[in-house]
Amino acid sequence: MTAPLLSVGNLTKRFGATTACSGISFDLWPGEVLGIVGESGSGKTTLLQCVAGLQSADEGSVAYHLDDGHRIELSTLSEPALRRMQRTEWAFIHQHPHLGLRMNVSAGANIGERLMANQWQHYGNIRSEAEKWLQAVEIDSSRIDDLPSTYSGGMQQRLQIARNLVSKPKLVFMDEPTGGLDVSVQARLLDLIRNLVRKFGLSVVIVTHDLAVARLLSSRLIVMRNGEIIEEGLTDQVLEDPQSAYSQLLVSSILQV
Amino acid sequence: MSTEPASVPDPGYNFAYLNEQTKKMIRRALLKAIAIPGYQVPFASREMPMPYGWGTGGVQVTASILTPDDVLKVIDQGADDTTNAVSIRKFFRRTAGIATTSDTETATVIQTRHRIPEEPLSESQILVFQVPIPEPLRFLEPRETETRKMHAYEDYGLMHVKLYEDISQNGHIATTYAYPVRVEGRYVMDPSPTPKFDNPKMDNCEALQLFGAGREKRIYALPPYTRVVSLDFEDHPFEIQKWTEKCSLCGADDSFLDEVITDDKGGRMFVCSDTDFCSKRQIGRQEAAE
Amino acid sequence: MHSILKITKLQKKFLLHNQNGAVLDVLRGISLEVGEREIVALCGPSGIGKSSLLKALYGTYRVNGGTIEYWLDDQWLDLTRATAREILNLRKMMIGYVSQFLRVIPRVPTLDIVAEPAIELGESEEAARQRAADLLDKLRIPEELFSLSPLTFSGGEQQRVNIARALSAPRKLTLFDEPTASLDPVNRRTVLEMIAHLRESGNAIVGIFHDARDREILGAREIDLSIQDELSHA
Repeated sequence: MTAPLLSVGNLTKRFGATTACSGISFDLWPGEVLGIVGESGSGKTTLLQCVAGLQSADEGSVAYHLDDGHRIELSTLSEPALRRMQRTEWAFIHQHPHLGLRMNVSAGANIGERLMANQWQHYGNIRSEAEKWLQAVEIDSSRIDDLPSTYSGGMQQRLQIARNLVSKPKLVFMDEPTGGLDVSVQARLLDLIRNLVRKFGLSVVIVTHDLAVARLLSSRLIVMRNGEIIEEGLTDQVLEDPQSAYSQLLVSSILQV
Repeated sequence: MSTEPASVPDPGYNFAYLNEQTKKMIRRALLKAIAIPGYQVPFASREMPMPYGWGTGGVQVTASILTPDDVLKVIDQGADDTTNAVSIRKFFRRTAGIATTSDTETATVIQTRHRIPEEPLSESQILVFQVPIPEPLRFLEPRETETRKMHAYEDYGLMHVKLYEDISQNGHIATTYAYPVRVEGRYVMDPSPTPKFDNPKMDNCEALQLFGAGREKRIYALPPYTRVVSLDFEDHPFEIQKWTEKCSLCGADDSFLDEVITDDKGGRMFVCSDTDFCSKRQIGRQEAAE
Repeated sequence: MHSILKITKLQKKFLLHNQNGAVLDVLRGISLEVGEREIVALCGPSGIGKSSLLKALYGTYRVNGGTIEYWLDDQWLDLTRATAREILNLRKMMIGYVSQFLRVIPRVPTLDIVAEPAIELGESEEAARQRAADLLDKLRIPEELFSLSPLTFSGGEQQRVNIARALSAPRKLTLFDEPTASLDPVNRRTVLEMIAHLRESGNAIVGIFHDARDREILGAREIDLSIQDELSHA
């Protein structure tokens, strides 16, 4: 493929007098996992939400390339068209599972929702697809009728992933997907995400403040500070040979076990 | 069966209680609702001399469409003689002086709480439903800002999520009333808490059907001959309730039955919920016997 | 013999912002060519820049001057001017890197870690896992450890898992950073045999081998970085 899947150009988002991110540009290529790192308040989550269409940017462009070669400019999409894209071609994994799940319906219904929104009309098929996806995220399919609130934090996060991937999206946005989890649970989730990315050829933009997570998942990194890109490059380049003073400080602050 | 002729209304009230400006406002909402079948039209619901939940939405709709020549029937769960039905009839006799009846056939306007009469309705009739919660998506999505968008964008996956939950918990679609319908292939609508038994009667109905939700300030409508389809799954198709019993009073085996407890020893019987339908059938049987 | 790698006047400096802007001048204009099926050993005392050169060759270190050209798809590609995607593709098609330390996701079984590079290149999961098992077996990792994470292993075992991982999908050029450092004599010989075999099957190697005997066994061409100023003027 000769075109990037996603092209962000000069994106700027302000909240009143505060500039959350300013002049951000990057490309995401098919099959690539791009990490966006930086401390809290660096604007990385706002950037992700603007790129994913959950917030509207003040300036700049976000272009998405469809399989048929068409290029879609996000800001020109009607809201229903954007929503359709968000629940078919795209997925968004929130840090807090309750933001991405319906806590008052069963796990099966959570996974089935995207299918039903995309005109699946056969209960048996929806259910067996939900079972398949529970297994894919290593949840016992006997838990299909349980409410997400009966799940552990790690299971909820895996359920959120299943709920999102069921529509076979091409592009997945992740906002600190391992953020609130115990380290032991984190490791398993990281491995799962890696395998799913490879198995389904997903392209991913992942926001994290955890450089270890970024190292294990992403092939390319963007370092943000005060709403701007400080540095970018291959993950090993940024982490082993950081150029800017800030990146050097960030990398040297990683805790050793 | 009882019919009371028109009389002189109480001179202290405007015709049918509401002032003319209010009726105009509600009629405008009704026209819009009829033009967009199944779409919930907001309206400036008024305080009525009865509490919310007693049919204030239905009463306002009825008040706005009544003419002095109309014959009004009011039913509550199919019965003409319950407190709510009697009070509303009395209210309109006093404020509008119109004729009232319990006979489905002679009524021109029928206000109902949670039933559709068993007798088929005609083009010259209007059915007015009292609606507590007009929003079918609210059970899963409490944000009104969000449900409005879902209607606008035909984003109805959530409606099937509710049915899915039903089947996963009960093995079948256990929703028996307020069973969601799709109107003319477009809007998903709550048919008010009527039993799903009545859903097929809404489809292609000859009469105009109007829905009023007073507390929620919404009006919606089904024009005559509108396509109304109950939502379902391919492998769990929509079905109406069936009874093994017949009506103990009139012997009907095709009407919606209420279970009546007759003593404290487990005695029970099943009778038609539509009292007018049932009593007509009883008279018919007596005459046949004589 | 055709060259597959051509290094010209390579320079690498480290500017340490958080240490009063100290500058480390590590690579000072080194030039070097590596041919197909050649084993090149980087020599010299620690701190002379051997590992830095390997990392520069892999694209991990961004250099300050000079070129690193790879012969890929019948043309030279300069790594120092390549985009991130080109570097990733170059790595995928051509360069393997065996670091001194294993860095993997915790709790992932050893067999999966070793099989992963081959699966990424499109091999079937079954075949990749079979080969991974063979490689681990050859490197004397007991089978009962296959299902455990290597992070619980000894240093020597981790080293061998790392090597097995690189050999699961061999590239035209493999960069080894002290592959035999923490190995006992038996395993050391096995690793050297495997590296020699890698060359015989058509691949080139650039590595750091501390032991002169290792270099001798491999028949490596030695490049002494302690005289890199002379090398750069040659």
